[in-house]
Amino acid sequence: MSVTYIDAIRDAQYKALETDETVFIYGQDIGGFGGAFKATKGLQEKWPDRVLDSPISEDAMVGMAIGAAIEGMRPIIEMQFADFSSVGFNQIVNNAATHFYRTGVPIPITIRMPSGGTPGSGPFHSQSIEAIYSHYPGCIVLTPATVSDAYHMLLEGIAMDDPVIYCEHKFLYRWLKSDNYDGDGIRLPIGKARITRPGKHATVVTYSAMVHEAVRAAEMLQAEGWEIEVVDLRSVKPLDTDTVIASVARTGRLLAVGEAFPWGGVTAEIVARVVKEGFHLLDAPPMRLNAKDTPIPYHPKLWAAHRPTPESISHALKQLLAY
Amino acid sequence: MDLTKEHARKVYHAMVRARLLEAKFSSLYKAGKIVGGVYLGRGQEAVSASIGARLEQGKDIFAPLIRDQAGRTAFGEEILDATRTYLGSVKGPMKARDGNIHRGRPKEGVVAMISHLGSSLSVLGGMLKARQLQGKLDGCVGATCIGDGATSTGAFHEGLNYVAVEKLPVVVVVADNQFAYSTPNSKQYACDDLIDRAKGYGVAGHSVDGTDTLACATVIGQAIDSARNGAGPQMVVAKLLRLSGHGEHDDGSYIPEEIRTSHYGRDCMDVGKQQLLERGWLTEEELADWEESAKQEVQLAVTTAQKEDEPDPYKEDWCALARGSYRNW
Repeated sequence: MSVTYIDAIRDAQYKALETDETVFIYGQDIGGFGGAFKATKGLQEKWPDRVLDSPISEDAMVGMAIGAAIEGMRPIIEMQFADFSSVGFNQIVNNAATHFYRTGVPIPITIRMPSGGTPGSGPFHSQSIEAIYSHYPGCIVLTPATVSDAYHMLLEGIAMDDPVIYCEHKFLYRWLKSDNYDGDGIRLPIGKARITRPGKHATVVTYSAMVHEAVRAAEMLQAEGWEIEVVDLRSVKPLDTDTVIASVARTGRLLAVGEAFPWGGVTAEIVARVVKEGFHLLDAPPMRLNAKDTPIPYHPKLWAAHRPTPESISHALKQLLAY
Repeated sequence: MDLTKEHARKVYHAMVRARLLEAKFSSLYKAGKIVGGVYLGRGQEAVSASIGARLEQGKDIFAPLIRDQAGRTAFGEEILDATRTYLGSVKGPMKARDGNIHRGRPKEGVVAMISHLGSSLSVLGGMLKARQLQGKLDGCVGATCIGDGATSTGAFHEGLNYVAVEKLPVVVVVADNQFAYSTPNSKQYACDDLIDRAKGYGVAGHSVDGTDTLACATVIGQAIDSARNGAGPQMVVAKLLRLSGHGEHDDGSYIPEEIRTSHYGRDCMDVGKQQLLERGWLTEEELADWEESAKQEVQLAVTTAQKEDEPDPYKEDWCALARGSYRNW
C-alpha cells in the first residue's frame, strides 16, 4: 500500500472537510469531474454542498473566497493551473493579502496552485510563480516536496488565519510515492526547512520538485567523493534563513536552485540573505541556478533543458567546488 | 413598494448629512488638513442613500464605492468613522493604515473597498454564499454601487456573472455619471444603455433617473426588496452627472457646458427638497433643523478626530499577518 503526492492533497482535503465544517472547496471542474488532476475525486459525492464548481473566473473565485472568509468560512480554492492565478492576482495580492492589515479581519483562505513543468505542457500550464506571491506582504507561500509534507502542510495551511498560497508540483503528483503520510517520522512546523541529505562540501538550497533533482545531482557527485548537503525549504515564505545559514556554516559553499524564471525570485532572496548574514562563512561566491529567461517551451527536449536538471545542477556544483 | 413619507425622509436626511460632511472634507483637503485625496458623492446622493436606507444594518451587507457617503450614512455608518479615516486618527476603523473612502467594517456588513474597481462584487457574493452554506441567508441582501467606468473591468464582469449564476440576493447599482475620471462614457461602453447588459447577465434590470430623488428611493428600494424576496440579482442603472471632479484635486473642467446644463446636470439635493416640500413630507423649518444639527455633528466629529492620536511609526507592529508570531519571516 503506497500513497502518492496527489493522494496526499486529496486526502488532506478529505480530512479538512471531515473535521471542520467551515471548510469548503471551490474551483473549476472540481465537483463530479473531480478536478483536472483528480485532486477532489469523490469529494463532492460525500459533501455535495461543500465542493462547488465555479465559472472560469479566477478573479471572482478569489473574491468569493475572501467574502466567505469574512463570514467565518475557510475556503480552499483550486486554481486549475497556477498559471491561471494571474487572472485572480489582483484579488490575491491587493484584497486578500492586505485585508488583515487594513481592517483587522483575517482572511483564512488556501489557494491551491498546481505548479511547475511537465513535458509538453508549454508556456501556460507549467509556471512556478511562488516568488510573485512571496513578494507581497500578507501571504504565506508553501512549496512541499514530499508526500508527507504535501499532506500535513496542506492541513496546516487550511488551519492558518492568513491567505495561503499552496504550490503543489504537478510533476510530483503521481510519480512521488510514500508508504504513508508519516514521512521520516519527524513533523516539522511550517517555517522550518529540512536537511534532506546531509553533506559537508557544498549546500544546495531548493524546494518543491527541485529537491529531487538536487538529490540526484548529489548522488552523481557522491561517486566523485563529494558530499553535498540538500536543504528543502518546504515553505518559501516564511523562509527559514537560520537552517540555510547553519548549513552554509558547515559547507562554506551555496548553490540556490529553483524551477522559476531567473530574474529575482526565491533563489536571489536566499543568496541575498546568506551574503548579508553569513558572508564570513562563504568559501566561494554563492551561486544560483534557475530556469532559462524565456517562456517555458512546449517540446519535451526544450523543456528538459529549460529547467535545472541533475546534470546542470551537478555541473554548477562542480564549478562551485572548484573555486 | 409604495414609497412612504418615513422612507423618503430617511433617504433625504442621509443625503443632507452626507452633503454637509463631504463639504467639510473638501474644505479640510483644500486647507491641507487631509492628505491623499477626497472623493465626493456630490450629485449621487439620491442614488447612494436610496441603497443604504433600504438595507438593514446588522443583517444586510453593503459594499460601497468612492461616492457612497450618503449610502454609508443611510446604512448607519457613524459620521465619526468617515472623519477619523480621512483625518488619520488611530481610533478610526482602519487605524490610519488606510484612508479616505477605503474604510469598512467587514464584520458589521460594510465591505472595505480596494481601489481596483469591481473587486467588491465577488466579495459581496462570497459573503452571501457563506451565509447560504451556513443556513443563515434567508432575508439577507447585499448591495453595491459602482460607476460606469467600473463596468468595463473584468472583475465587474466576473463578479456579476458569478452572483447571477449562483442566483444570490445581490443588488448592483450602476451610477452612470457619464465620466470615469475624465473619460466620457462614449469611450467606456458601446451599448446604447448599460441596462442592456442586464439581460446578458441574466439579472433583472431597472433604469432610473439618478437626479430624481424619490424615483431613486422607489426604484432602488424595489430592487432591494425583490432581491430580498428571492427574485435573484438585480441591476439598477441610474443616469446622472457627477457634480464634482473625480476627486477634489480635479476641477472637472473637461465636462462640457451643455452636459452641465442638461437635465442630468441638476442636483438631486434640490430635486429631493422640492419633492418632499411639495408632498408636505418635509417643511423648510425641519430641513433647516436637519442642516443645523448635521453641521454641528460634523464639526464635533472633526474636532474629536483632530484631537485624537495620529499613528506612531515606532509603535506600529509592521506585521501584515494575522498570525503575528510569524512576523520575522
